[in-house]
Amino acid sequence: MSSVLDSKIPSGSIENKWKDNKFKMKLVNPANKRKHSVIVVGTGLAGASAAASLGELGYKVKAFCIHESPRRAHSVAAQGGINAAKNYQNDGDSIYRLFYDTIKGGDFRAREANVYRLAEASVSIIDQAVAQGVPLAREYGGLLSNRSFGGAQVSRTFYARGQTGQQLLYGAYQAMMRQVDLGSVELNTRREMLDLVVVDGKARGIIVRNLLTGEIESHSADVVVLASGGYSNVFYLSTNAMACAVTAAWRAHKRGSYFANPCYTQIHPTCIPVHGENQSKLTLMSESLRNDGRVWASKIKGDMRKPHEIPDSERDYYLERIYPSFGNLAPRDVASRQAKFRVDEGYGAQGQEAVYLDFRDSINRLGEDKISERYGNLFQMYGKITGENPYKSPMRIFPAPHYTMGGLWVDYNLMSTIPGLFVAGEANFSDHGANRLGASALMQGLADGYFVLPYTVGDYIANTQLKPVKDTDDAFKAGQDSVKNEIQKMLNIKGSRSVESIHKELGRIMWQDCGMSRNKAGLTDAIGKIANLRKTFWNDVKIPGVANEVNTEVEKAGRVADYLELGELMCRDALSREESCGGHFRDEYQVDGEAKRDDDKFCHVAAWEWSGSADKAQTRHVEELKFENIKLATRSYK
Amino acid sequence: MSSDKNNINLKLKVWRQKNSQTEGAFETLDAKNVSPDASFLEMLDAVNEDLIKKDKEPIVFDHDCREGICGSCGFMINGEAHGPQKGTTVCQLHMRHFNDGEELVLEPWRATAFPVIKDLMCDRSALDRIIRAGGYISVNTGNAQDANNIPIPKPDADEAFMSATCIGCGACVASCKNASAALFTSAKITHLALLPQGRVEQDQRALDMVAQMDAEGFGACTTTGACSAACPKEISLINIAKMNREYLRASVLKKEELSGGGDG
Repeated sequence: MSSVLDSKIPSGSIENKWKDNKFKMKLVNPANKRKHSVIVVGTGLAGASAAASLGELGYKVKAFCIHESPRRAHSVAAQGGINAAKNYQNDGDSIYRLFYDTIKGGDFRAREANVYRLAEASVSIIDQAVAQGVPLAREYGGLLSNRSFGGAQVSRTFYARGQTGQQLLYGAYQAMMRQVDLGSVELNTRREMLDLVVVDGKARGIIVRNLLTGEIESHSADVVVLASGGYSNVFYLSTNAMACAVTAAWRAHKRGSYFANPCYTQIHPTCIPVHGENQSKLTLMSESLRNDGRVWASKIKGDMRKPHEIPDSERDYYLERIYPSFGNLAPRDVASRQAKFRVDEGYGAQGQEAVYLDFRDSINRLGEDKISERYGNLFQMYGKITGENPYKSPMRIFPAPHYTMGGLWVDYNLMSTIPGLFVAGEANFSDHGANRLGASALMQGLADGYFVLPYTVGDYIANTQLKPVKDTDDAFKAGQDSVKNEIQKMLNIKGSRSVESIHKELGRIMWQDCGMSRNKAGLTDAIGKIANLRKTFWNDVKIPGVANEVNTEVEKAGRVADYLELGELMCRDALSREESCGGHFRDEYQVDGEAKRDDDKFCHVAAWEWSGSADKAQTRHVEELKFENIKLATRSYK
Repeated sequence: MSSDKNNINLKLKVWRQKNSQTEGAFETLDAKNVSPDASFLEMLDAVNEDLIKKDKEPIVFDHDCREGICGSCGFMINGEAHGPQKGTTVCQLHMRHFNDGEELVLEPWRATAFPVIKDLMCDRSALDRIIRAGGYISVNTGNAQDANNIPIPKPDADEAFMSATCIGCGACVASCKNASAALFTSAKITHLALLPQGRVEQDQRALDMVAQMDAEGFGACTTTGACSAACPKEISLINIAKMNREYLRASVLKKEELSGGGDG
């Protein structure tokens, strides 16, 4: 263990750190900004907002996305809402309270200074979105409406029905397209980043595969911003979109960017249960449903009765019972774990891996119309997928992988351990600790892109000697060669196993041993199994077609190859963190089913350094976390 | 899961086309033992796994979120965009809506402005270029005032939201006999024109977006309503009427501006 990580947290009081720091940052004058280029990988909330804002400032921006259009990025699927400390409801909210809730929600494993800045920025995000024409929900008086989300006792969540992510993404996408029209952002679609190019120790470009032609391209710049999302698809079945991958982040990791807290994954409590072997992904039912829906399981083990046949006296509204002060709005990690306990103990809905989310009482209280107005599209989606009518019978729900708090390590300025490589949104590790609160992902992605990177990227450029680099330089050629070789190597194997089948097998191992609960024996076993599966991949994978045209199997193979390396690191990280915190729950460390932290030994971030080979253990570095404003305490929602 | 007695078998006639330069043709494939709980794309996943086993190339189609919100997926099933279920993208269409033994014809969106890339995948970047031409409000980051400073009547905000839910999948274009993108373009024009923040640029926006729509090679709108009927987000035809009004108004104002003397 070593401690080489400098978080660069500014001095001063928590309220003034960001303000003072912004003033101290060096500026780039407008004429010089035009001479500097920034690559942005990913066009979700973080990437699109960063590309738009940097373009507005005058930098030459090159934006890249894997999709045919930036509007397809998976931020589009976020349903419930975005938090902001506006206190429009006069219910006691403040920047400090959002900061407090987020630190506590993350089980004291996030950096105070980053989280405070996030809470500060939250207020401006809503202003910015409304100015862009994002149609957030309103009351009859014409003012913005709020609802509550888990882990908070105030109503601070802004929303657009169940499509908040879509609307915020279109706002950022449109802002970026405006810059494309003005010529300050160059948009490159259907490109997948497959390598980071480091010149003289600084990130200076990327190697991408053109997914239409298979061509391997080089792109150089002064700064590279990664906003490539999270890695829940390591579990195969997750609520993430099919193309969500760790690849861009992982390739940067292999070039020297440390990967922090990979074992911190969020298993979302309210997803539609698995239907069968051919299932390709899981669908989330927004946490906002827990505003009006009550979660319950039967009090009788192995109860095979239909839900409406079970009288109230035989229903266990377990979240309300165990957590009376937060009730159904307990945070995600807590709610997921309790659902798992019910199913493990034999109380699953009609013997299945599911519990109920019931709207009977709120429909009786408010009427079907009101519920439909609030959640109509979610009810419709549930109906389409399951063929059941949630207005008549309760939803069946079960936890599923949804979000990853871990990611590339970044300092306060969102710069990774490679100078010039910045990481934003879900791809970095910074703000959510060991558990993210609902409606905080949209907030973080947009805070990073709109309000942090435009300052810190400028400061880096102003303070750094950047020698001219061309995309024909040797470092780019070497990067291209290594990418081409790897693709050819995979194609040449011509084995018997499809990429999909290997991914499924990895997913089962991860869900079993590195999912909602983990223990030493299981993790040790999983590490061996994953290493073997990696061998199977490299000896027996089968990829039809050729490299120089559209080949979706080549795309998937590269992503699964990276997941096979990441999966092992997640298990090692989970194994070495001998405590439970947030979403990381070790069977060995608990008090009555609640996570038991070990602040003496583990009040730190673990950041892993690539060893040069997948078969050689990575080095674990630590960044100590200091809590100067919020007292370390056992997290309780009871 | 073991084979279920409710599972069905289907015959698929799928459009296979190697790339935009070559001609395509239908290929007949079997989808066997399909669970009624599977989605349409999960059914295709299984067909693709079979193809890969036989050393054949899988059917290529765009898809991503599989929750009906990203707008990536979409193709024709028996001549209907996104298949037979109203208000549903193909990724949210489930196999319980099909019968054992059915034959399904799968084709890509067909429109001059959407060239086929491979199999069922086509190039819809023309839609991005329409947005680029003016589908935004010109506000830089940091310009904004407090979000509650301008109250917006709830009916307007709700209507703007309904227009803004368009996912840009292109089903409207594929269903239109003229391959018109009027529903897509009008949804954005309407969304922004309904909000006070968007009204500042409403005239220029309407002119620019319509001009780009025409330049991309989309056809004219003859108001048959086929677009709205096929739209997975059920975007209303009223958007097109509003676009026409916006466009007409802007054209008239523009002429006045050009011919009028002004006061300078």
